[in-house]
Amino acid sequence: MEDYALQMRNITKEFPGVKALENVSFSVRKGEIHALCGENGAGKSTLMKILSGVYPFGTFDGEILVNGKSVEFKTIKESQEAGVSIIYQELALVEELSIAENLFLSHELMRSPIINWNKIYVEAQKWLTKIGLNIDPQVKVGSLPVGKQQLIEICKALTQNTEILILDEPTAALTESDVEILINLLNDLRSEGVTCIYISHKLGEVMSLADTVTILRDGQTVSTDSIENLTEDNIITKMVGRELTELFPYEKRPESTEGILEVQNYSLTEKSGDRIISDVSFHLKKGEILGFSGLMGAGRSELFMGLFGGMAAESSGNVAIDGKPVMIKTPADAIKEGLAYVSEDRKRYGLVLGMSITKNTTLAALNKVMKLKVIDQAMEIKVADEITYKMNLKAPTLEAQVGKLSGGNQQKVVLSKWLLSQPKILVLDEPTRGIDVGAKYEIYKIINELAAQGVGIVIISSELPEVLGMSDRIIVMAEGKITGEFTREEATQEKIMVCATGGKNP
Amino acid sequence: MKNQPIQNPVPEENESKLSFKLDIQAYTLIIALVLIALIFGFFTGGEFLSSRNISNLFSQMAVIAVLAIGMTLLIVAGHIDLSVGSLVGLTGGVAAILQVWHGWNTFAVVVAAVAVGALFGVWQGWWVAYRAVPAFIVTLGGMLIFRGILIGLSKGQTISPMDESFKSISNSYLPFSAGYILAVGSILLLLFWTLKNRSKRRDLELLIPPAYIDYGKVAVYSFFILLAAYMLSRYQGVPIPVIIVVGLAAIYVFISNKTAFGRYVYAIGGNIEAAALSGINIKRNTLMVFISMGALSGVAGVLLTSRLNAATVNAGNMYELDAIAACVIGGTSLMGGRGKVVGALIGALIMASIDNGMSMMNIETFWQYIVKGLILIVAVWIDIASKK
Repeated sequence: MEDYALQMRNITKEFPGVKALENVSFSVRKGEIHALCGENGAGKSTLMKILSGVYPFGTFDGEILVNGKSVEFKTIKESQEAGVSIIYQELALVEELSIAENLFLSHELMRSPIINWNKIYVEAQKWLTKIGLNIDPQVKVGSLPVGKQQLIEICKALTQNTEILILDEPTAALTESDVEILINLLNDLRSEGVTCIYISHKLGEVMSLADTVTILRDGQTVSTDSIENLTEDNIITKMVGRELTELFPYEKRPESTEGILEVQNYSLTEKSGDRIISDVSFHLKKGEILGFSGLMGAGRSELFMGLFGGMAAESSGNVAIDGKPVMIKTPADAIKEGLAYVSEDRKRYGLVLGMSITKNTTLAALNKVMKLKVIDQAMEIKVADEITYKMNLKAPTLEAQVGKLSGGNQQKVVLSKWLLSQPKILVLDEPTRGIDVGAKYEIYKIINELAAQGVGIVIISSELPEVLGMSDRIIVMAEGKITGEFTREEATQEKIMVCATGGKNP
Repeated sequence: MKNQPIQNPVPEENESKLSFKLDIQAYTLIIALVLIALIFGFFTGGEFLSSRNISNLFSQMAVIAVLAIGMTLLIVAGHIDLSVGSLVGLTGGVAAILQVWHGWNTFAVVVAAVAVGALFGVWQGWWVAYRAVPAFIVTLGGMLIFRGILIGLSKGQTISPMDESFKSISNSYLPFSAGYILAVGSILLLLFWTLKNRSKRRDLELLIPPAYIDYGKVAVYSFFILLAAYMLSRYQGVPIPVIIVVGLAAIYVFISNKTAFGRYVYAIGGNIEAAALSGINIKRNTLMVFISMGALSGVAGVLLTSRLNAATVNAGNMYELDAIAACVIGGTSLMGGRGKVVGALIGALIMASIDNGMSMMNIETFWQYIVKGLILIVAVWIDIASKK
C-alpha cells in the first residue's frame, strides 16, 4: 500500500451542455512532484478547482481523499485548512503591502487583540531565508520583480502549513534565471516532504522536475506514469492523441502569389522594459488563411493587438500592407489601412453590450452610413440588416441589445462590424471560443468565403484541430518568438506541440 | 438588395411584452410628475397649478435644465462634473463684471460668458482626457478653483444692475400669438417625423409599431404641448428661458442620436476598450464632452445672472448636485453608456416642482433637502429594480 497525499477518484464534472471531466482519477504520492499535463481545455484547471473547493463538494461526482481521509471541501478556506494551497498564474498578492504583511495576511500573528508586528517580521525573515531570498520583509511586494513575487506567493502558502502545493503555470511569466531559482526551491521542498502538483506547458521543466506525470485529454485521464518511462515526445503524443473529428469546411483555393501583409523584425517592448514580442517576421498573401498556433501566453494576441495599434507598448520593425510601408499607431490608423482585428474577448474588446445590434455593427464604419455628417438611420438599419443576414444572425430584432444574444450570435455581430469596415486583412483571435458547434461551422464557412474573395486571414487559435483544419499555412509561436512554420500538408499536432512547448522546428 | 429582414419571425407575445416593459420605464417619470403636480395642487388649493406658478416654475428650472442637458452626455460618457455650479457662478460673474464695470453690450457679454465656460471646459477635459486624472478629482478641483476665481474677480461684491436687454433674457415672454404658433408648429413637426419614420420603416420592410401607439404618442405629446402653451399664455406667454431650454434640448437630442460624436459618446461610456478598438478617438471625444458642458455652464450662468439681475459670489452653489440628480432621476446610469436628454429634462422638472411646491406650502427649507435626497435614492432604486 503506497502512501498517498491525495487521491481523487472517478471525478466527473458537468457544465451545462459540456462534460468537462469524465471519470478522472488522479493520485499523488507523499513528497513527490507530480506534473499534470494536457492541452488548453483538457480539464486541468477544472480538476484543480474541484480540489481547492472553488467548485464546492456536491457540484461534481466522485471522491477526494487527503492523506487517506475522505474530504468534502465546500469553500476554498476549507481546502486551505486541510493543507491544500493553489498558486495561480495571476498572483494573488497585495502589491501595496509589504512582504511580511502579505505572508501573514488573514492569519496575522496576534498578541490579542493587537497584531504582533515584531513577531511577524522575525517570522517572515525566517521564511525568506528558508526559500533563499535575502530581502527585507518590510519591502513592498509591488516593488519586486515578478519572479520574486512568485517565490513570495509560494512562501505564503508554506506559512499556512501547506501539505499539497499546487502550481498552475508558475513559470509562464518568469525569466530563465527566475525559473532556475524556482526549480531549486521546489527540489528543496521535495526533500522536506512537501507534495507538489505542477501544471505546466513547458515540457522541459516537467522532464527535469517531476517524479510522476499525469496526462489529461478532453476531460479524461490518459495515463499516469513515472518520469523514467516517458520522453517529451511521448507526452506530446498522449496530450494530442486524437483524430480530427470535428468538421472543417476547408476548401483548397488556388494559391495566391500576391502579398498583402509583410511584417519584418517586429518587436514589442512594454513600458516596464519587458519584451513581449521579439523579432517576429512573417508574410500573408491575398486569400490565404494563416493559422497562428501556440500555447496561452505565447504572445500571439499581443502581436496582432500591437500590429492593430491597440497595445500600450513600444513597437519596432517594418510593416507593409499591399507592398506599401505603413505606420499604425492607433486602431483608427489600422482600420484606415484595411486591417481588422476580432479580439479573443468579444465582451471586453469587441462589443458595447448595452447597445443595439445595429449600433454595434456600424461602430467601426460609421462614416459609411452618414450623409453630410449626419447618421442616416434608415441607411444604417439597411446596412446592418444586409450584413447580419449574410452572417445568418439570429435575433428577435436588430434593435435588441447585444448583451442578450448567445455567444455565437455575439460573435457574428463582431464579425459583421469588422466586415463593414471592408478589411483587406482580417485577424481572428480565437474566433470560436465559447461557441456551440453549429455556430462554429457557420463561422468557418464565412471565413472561407472571405478568403475566396481575396481577404488575407489570420486565425489565432489554441485549438489545434481548428488551426490544422482551417489554415493554408501555420506559424507557431512560443514566448514571443516564432518557433516554427508549416504548410498545411506538413503540419501535424505533434510537430506543432513540439514548437509550442519551446522546441525548435526540426 | 432583396433580403428577407431577419427580424420578422418573432412571437407576438414576446414583442408586446417588450414594448410594454419599455413603456413602463419611460412613463414612470411622467406618472411621477403628474402625481407630484396633483399632490401639490391639492395641498396648495390649486395655486401650484396656476398659470402664474407654472410660468415661474419653468423659469426657475431653466438653469438646472440647461446644466442637466450637458451633464447627461457627460455622465453617459462615463464621467461626472462637480464644478458646474461654480462655473455657472463664474461665467455669470464674468458677464456681470464685463457689463456693469466695463460697459460691454449684452451680445458681447453673452458670447464672452459662453466662451469662458467653453475655455474652462477645455481645461478640465484636457486633464481628464489627456492626463487621465479622474473627472471626479478634476472637477472637484474645478469647483474650488472656479469659485476662487469668481471671488477674486468680483472682490467679494455683488455686482448689479445689468442692462435692460440683458435682464430681458430671463425675464421676458413670447407674446400670446407667437407662443401658439410655436406650439402648433412643433406639433406639426412631430406628426411629420412620425409619418416619415413609418414610411421609411415600411420601405425597409422593418417592423412598424401599431398605428395607435405611434399616433397615440403624438396625441399625448400634442396635448401636453398645447396645455403648456395655454397655461403659459394665460399668464404672460412662453418665458424665453423655456424657449432656450427646448432649443438646446432639441440640439442635444439631435447630437446624441444623429451624429458620430453622439454615438461615440454612448459607445465610450458603454465599453471604452471596445470603443477604442473600433477606431474611436477616446481622448478627443472626451475633450469635446467637457467643452460642451463648459459652454452650457456659460449659458446657464447668463440665464441665472439675468434672472437675478445681479451676480453674487454664491451664485450657482450646489447646482451641480441638482443637475446630476436630474440626470439620474431621468434614467441616466452613473456607470455610463445609458441616458437620455429628455429624461434629464423631466428629472429637472421633478426636482424644481418639489422645491417650488414645498415653498408654496410654507414647509421649512430643511424638509426640501430631505425630500429631494429621498426622491433621488428612490428614483435610482426604481430604475435598478425594474431591470431585474
